Amino acid sequence: MSDIIRLSAADLGASIAAGDITSVEATQAHLDRIDAVDGAVHAYLHVAPELALAAAARVDAQRAAGEKLGPLAGVPIAVKDVLVTTDMPSTSGSKILEGYMSPFDATVVKKVREAGLIPIGKTNMDEFAMGSSTEHSAYGPTRNPWALDRIPGGSGGGSAAAVAGYEASIALGSDTGGSIRQPAHVTGTVGVKPTYGAVSRYGAIALASSLDQIGPVSRTVLDSALLQDIIGGHDPHDSTSLRSEWPSMADAVRNASVQGLKVGVIKQLQGDGFQAGVMARFQESLALLEQNGAEIVELEAPSFEHAIAAYYLILPAEASSNLAKFDSVRFGLRVNPTSGGTVEDVMSATRDAGFGPEVKRRIILGTYALSAGYYDAYYGSAQKVRTLVQRDFAAAFSQVDVIASPTAPTTAFKLGEKLNDPLAMYLNDIATIPANLAGIPGITLPAGLADEDGLPVGIQFLAPAHEDARLYNVGGALEQLLVAQWGGHLLEQAPDLLELIKAAAEEGAR
Amino acid sequence: MSGISAEQVAHLAQLARIDLSPEEILSLTTELDQIVDSVAKVTAVATPDVPATSHPIPLQNVFRPDVVGETLTLEQALQNAPAHDGSRFKVSAILGEEQ
Amino acid sequence: MARAQLMDFDKALELFEPVMGFEVHVELNTKTKMFSDAPNVFGAEPNTGLSPLCLGLPGTLPVVNEQAVRYSISLGLALGCSIAESSRFARKNYFYPDTPKNYQISQYDEPIAFEGSVEIELADGTLIDIPIERAHMEEDAGKLTHIGGSSGRIQGADYSLVDYNRAGVPLVEIVTKPIYGGEHRSPEIAKAYVAAIRDIVVSLGISDAKMERGNLRCDANVSLRPRVAEGAQPAPLGTRTETKNVNSLRSVERAVRFEIQRQAAILAKGGSITQETRHWHEDTGETSAGRPKSDADDYRYFPEPDLLPVVPSAELVEELRAALPEQPAVRRRRLKAEWGFTDLEFQDIQNSGLLTEVSETVAAGASPAAARKWWTGEIARLANAADADAASLVSPADVAALAGLVEAGTLTDRLARQVLEGVVAGEGTPQQVVDARGLAVVSDDGALIAAIDEALAAQPDVLEKIRDGKVQAAGAVIGAVMKAMKGQADAARVRELVLERANA
Repeated sequence: MSDIIRLSAADLGASIAAGDITSVEATQAHLDRIDAVDGAVHAYLHVAPELALAAAARVDAQRAAGEKLGPLAGVPIAVKDVLVTTDMPSTSGSKILEGYMSPFDATVVKKVREAGLIPIGKTNMDEFAMGSSTEHSAYGPTRNPWALDRIPGGSGGGSAAAVAGYEASIALGSDTGGSIRQPAHVTGTVGVKPTYGAVSRYGAIALASSLDQIGPVSRTVLDSALLQDIIGGHDPHDSTSLRSEWPSMADAVRNASVQGLKVGVIKQLQGDGFQAGVMARFQESLALLEQNGAEIVELEAPSFEHAIAAYYLILPAEASSNLAKFDSVRFGLRVNPTSGGTVEDVMSATRDAGFGPEVKRRIILGTYALSAGYYDAYYGSAQKVRTLVQRDFAAAFSQVDVIASPTAPTTAFKLGEKLNDPLAMYLNDIATIPANLAGIPGITLPAGLADEDGLPVGIQFLAPAHEDARLYNVGGALEQLLVAQWGGHLLEQAPDLLELIKAAAEEGAR
Repeated sequence: MSGISAEQVAHLAQLARIDLSPEEILSLTTELDQIVDSVAKVTAVATPDVPATSHPIPLQNVFRPDVVGETLTLEQALQNAPAHDGSRFKVSAILGEEQ
Repeated sequence: MARAQLMDFDKALELFEPVMGFEVHVELNTKTKMFSDAPNVFGAEPNTGLSPLCLGLPGTLPVVNEQAVRYSISLGLALGCSIAESSRFARKNYFYPDTPKNYQISQYDEPIAFEGSVEIELADGTLIDIPIERAHMEEDAGKLTHIGGSSGRIQGADYSLVDYNRAGVPLVEIVTKPIYGGEHRSPEIAKAYVAAIRDIVVSLGISDAKMERGNLRCDANVSLRPRVAEGAQPAPLGTRTETKNVNSLRSVERAVRFEIQRQAAILAKGGSITQETRHWHEDTGETSAGRPKSDADDYRYFPEPDLLPVVPSAELVEELRAALPEQPAVRRRRLKAEWGFTDLEFQDIQNSGLLTEVSETVAAGASPAAARKWWTGEIARLANAADADAASLVSPADVAALAGLVEAGTLTDRLARQVLEGVVAGEGTPQQVVDARGLAVVSDDGALIAAIDEALAAQPDVLEKIRDGKVQAAGAVIGAVMKAMKGQADAARVRELVLERANA
């Protein structure tokens, strides 16, 4: 395996800056890796070798001309297909948008281009980001690089798998209820959901507007910090974008320390339903933090019990409205009923053919939650639960600096295992959803492997709104302690992907 | 059970403009019933004294100055259109009336 | 329903009490759209000058136009409304090809302005307060063109074309409370109310307010309830119909009258009124059934998550209040005094709904008398003949120019009427019509004298009579000269010259 692709984004950026390697070499190394493994992993929906190499050559030329470039200039980045791009199709994992070309770039895409990163391709995802396994992609599932018969998490399974499988140094994701953090948890990578409004949503194909947030996906905490420093900040195109001045997240990682840090542990985010191996690694991480000067505080958050229910009312309601624009009139798929028909018939036929079962399920659920006579009971009540969840967080953060929890109840489950049980699938998000409801930031980083299946387990930290730097601090500190314990990053314990692919091929041939 | 009927699902599908097959309506009726049943508990804690939160981060008065910005060319506007006449989007005849 | 089946209006009023309500949509004349920085212009080539949001493209987000909010607050204040301490946007969800996101961003339970009233003045000078329920901000839809079929109407068309240029234009929707007690003056009240709204938005300068362009559109709700004996419990409100897009003052009056007569005929026969939208047909002066209102009208409103509440500061509201133009009633009194009109003369203008036009014509340089004369005379006559609003035929600037040409002696009244017809026919400004049609008065005395001498020479008997002091005989010569000049001469001047020449 080429050493180039194993470098963290920060180290790769530094090597390019030092002139040890060129961006073209770095980009080519990743393109070669994609050629070698993506047939099996299917992290990408679209790869753009020519565009990427051309962009890399431009960065190399700028470097040669002595221009001062950012720390990640020249580094290949994978872009979740929920983000619109002018030079690559943007489908959000749906057939209804097959081949769609956006006339504008998402703000975050614009920002990473300006920072000299090299968009190398668009990553797979559950259709319109609805799912926790990437099995709901209209273009087929992505596989977990740790075990090809397992899910890579979702909805951003493609971005997580690309980073875990060394098919990109770093990636962009979106997190509506855990779509960055849960895939990171099951692939042994790092993922951050920034404070709502910290990163522009302009150009992100909306799922649930009041929950969606764009964020980094990476192999190290520092890499995510460097990317958030690039994509964060106010965007006049997004009314909900915050105008706050943000401290350097990368500095928070570099100066990380948990001495005197108060870490809350929520009773409702452990215990029943959480796999033993997940809990074991969680407890060990807490102990490690405690040994290094942190104080662990037990807390209650009674309304978290209702968070999933509230989430599965708010999300479908907003989604049912956001997805109404896919109607075959201005863009996207058009299906004409065989019998002809009115524009209403064409819209209905198109939406029936263009949306997958999970999308239809949620649109119908959301339509129900908003419809006359049910609004107060469902959508209205869910918005009230949101208030209660915020109050629980406010009470918690009056006592502690950050909250810790397992990121998800289980390690990566097998493809197909929960596909026909939506309620079981929804439970994957139990620990990640409260942050989206409250708009607060969350980070997940690898905490080890579960004893029972040897698969990665993540630990999640949450901080009050605007306090993203606290997450990079605690995440950076814990990562340093764990890496020292393991003698390297967790991903280094992953089986050789090329071997897995070979074995799977032989298995298939038998 | 929250008692969602197939007729209700068919009506919702019509509101949402999705031409569901009878089989889809049937399976969705069962699923929706279960899902609604499990989420309905939000009503228990949503007492009248609790205000609703529609935005996670409270902001207000976010405005844009009334200044014209960059616009799409006609080609860009039509580039993804399933059908057009060179300047306008083309759709099949419309049955219903405007709202 | 054919006209013959309508109930006589007076008879209808004997049996029923009409109750009205209006929804008036005002397009704001901001530079950009309500939620995007695309230009807000009328008449551009289809689908040009759009932003991605105008097409509802994936990934787009709305951002509120500050000027539109200020205009909306000003309008709310001018309607005597309270301005909400906190107001927010909501999504109104419905699928329609002219609605790019398939939801309209509007306001639902928290409008920017509520609880106001507008004073209107009727023909006889009666003042009536129309109660306003609310005024809220929203965005306009695109424009559909129906192709094929017989009529270019929606029914029977082969396909439709969509232009999204108008999609996202800022609108304020003004909703009245039910208007009771209008009785036989209900149609007149309807027209006066819409005219009053138009006067208000024009004086605020927030809308072009051209009804023929759809800058101002009226939906008229009408219901009837049976009369009861004096002292008895009033009957419950009847089922109402909503006649959509009645887009001229004249039509508002006619549509309300028609609905009263139509509903009365049905009710008197024991029938019932269907709650529905109705279409107004300008050509026949009738309404026809549209979409029935039913449970299917489930718009699934919810707070727009992409936008934040609008919380106008007390300072802003006071700033806008201080900048309001004078109240329409005050304005009417002032103009009447400034123009020196009698009650009758002023009411004449009021009744035609032409106060704004006359005022703008005076502002453009015409004398009040001339402005009044043209608008309530010749222009009103042409409008009547064309079944159109006077304001849609000609601009105040053109009328002022026309009056100026008469004043300067370039045109006689008779010529000016011909010029006006040219302007109405779209031949250009009055000056352009004068030039193109060669209609100016012949003011060259030399040419007139030549014609007079010729006429006198042709009628020597007449010359004798004039010389004998029979001045009235000059008429024949004057007629001949006017004919020779094709009417383009000032008759008074011709008369002067004839007498001069005859006695020379």
